[in-house]
Amino acid sequence: MDFYGVLTNMYPMLLDGLVMTLETSLLAILIAFFLGLLSCVMGMSRIVPLALISKFYVWVIRGTPFIVQLFIIKYGIPQVVQLWAPGFNFTIFQAAVATLALNAGAYMSEIFRGSIQAIDPGQMEAARSLGLPKTRAMIKVILPQALKISIPMLCNQFIISLKDSSLAQVIGLPELFYQGKIYVGRTFRSFETYIIVGCVYLIIITILSYIIKRIERNLDYGKKS
Amino acid sequence: MAKKVRVKNLCKSFGSTEVLKGMDLEVSEGEVVCLIGPSGSGKSTFLRCLNQLETPTSGEIEIDGYLITDKNTNINKVRENIGMVFQQFNLFHHLTAKKNIMMAPIDRKKLSKKEAEQRAMELLTRVGMSDKADSYPRQLSGGQQQRVAIARALAMNPDIMLFDEPTSALDPEMVGGVLQVMKELAAAGMTMIVVTHEMGFARDVADRIVFMSDGYIVEEGPPSEIFTNPKEPRTKDFLNHVL
Repeated sequence: MDFYGVLTNMYPMLLDGLVMTLETSLLAILIAFFLGLLSCVMGMSRIVPLALISKFYVWVIRGTPFIVQLFIIKYGIPQVVQLWAPGFNFTIFQAAVATLALNAGAYMSEIFRGSIQAIDPGQMEAARSLGLPKTRAMIKVILPQALKISIPMLCNQFIISLKDSSLAQVIGLPELFYQGKIYVGRTFRSFETYIIVGCVYLIIITILSYIIKRIERNLDYGKKS
Repeated sequence: MAKKVRVKNLCKSFGSTEVLKGMDLEVSEGEVVCLIGPSGSGKSTFLRCLNQLETPTSGEIEIDGYLITDKNTNINKVRENIGMVFQQFNLFHHLTAKKNIMMAPIDRKKLSKKEAEQRAMELLTRVGMSDKADSYPRQLSGGQQQRVAIARALAMNPDIMLFDEPTSALDPEMVGGVLQVMKELAAAGMTMIVVTHEMGFARDVADRIVFMSDGYIVEEGPPSEIFTNPKEPRTKDFLNHVL
């Protein structure tokens, strides 16, 4: 076993993979945040078609495997679009980000919904009694509190998405795990390589958890310190 | 005197449960009306109908000349003139005491931040809470929270104040401070409708006592009459239990 040798040797590939993993999952989670918020607001809307679209979206995403979604977006959808627009295609990166974002967005939609429902109805009543229309009350009173309680769950979703991004290697996204696979193919150093790849995930997720915990603490209003 | 509130044959049902079974009430400008009665008699529901937190099943409510049971009335505009104080305070947890008070005037009356802050400080001083301006609700005791909540309701310059059992969730030693603020408000000429179990407060401050039971107004009159010489047997029975 030669961890040090493998590490120094594959270091450039590892770094490329790490950058790609972070880029993909950060971009996806950012899009997913707004997608989730939108879907959540639509789902709670009194306009029935909007609510149905949101419910359908969450239902489909939750009920199908990530990898199937990935193939539908990378290979299925372009085939249909090509009927009207020949030559249309998604890049691997686009397909990976889109699938991750759609996937995380559905779960975030549910996280937001749960958080909003966890807010005491008295908060809404107090805001309405002061003359705020429902939307304003939502923006000024409910959402800030709901977002705060959703932070730990959003953080968890981010970690899940970051790990799920490794599945995108099947469509050829050159992320961390993909790079590891390539390296093993070249050197047959399976044990060291995959342990190292695993450790890199472990390290970034530990760092992320720490940062998010700090943010969470800073947002804690008036907790007796 | 001008009528601030007119309620005609107000009914409210939740599903098949009739909570209000035809209430009529008029409140004049500057009048303090205390609603008393056993739990479940519909006092709170009645109060919540007055600013449409509950939608009445039938009947009419007119406030300041606006028929608020009419769907075309802009309820948000009318609510700006009706302050409400809740049993559970309902301060906004994510805002300091001062910002709780500043929020609605900035959002609705387009006050500048500075004006709103100045107004908030005046109100906090009025309720004796100026030293807690930057505290968050959870750092305050129940009595302190309720005084801030009263200041918040006053920030929109309402001309009617609704109180929904404002002292029921408080520790006994906190009740006095909140009642004192309400007394001062009454003395300043505010029109007030108060649901309360504080009979001492009702007797001292109210111009009129309304006794409710089972969704009806059983009896109403000045405190001297209701408390010393109630006519209806149900009123007598209730007062025997609480006094």
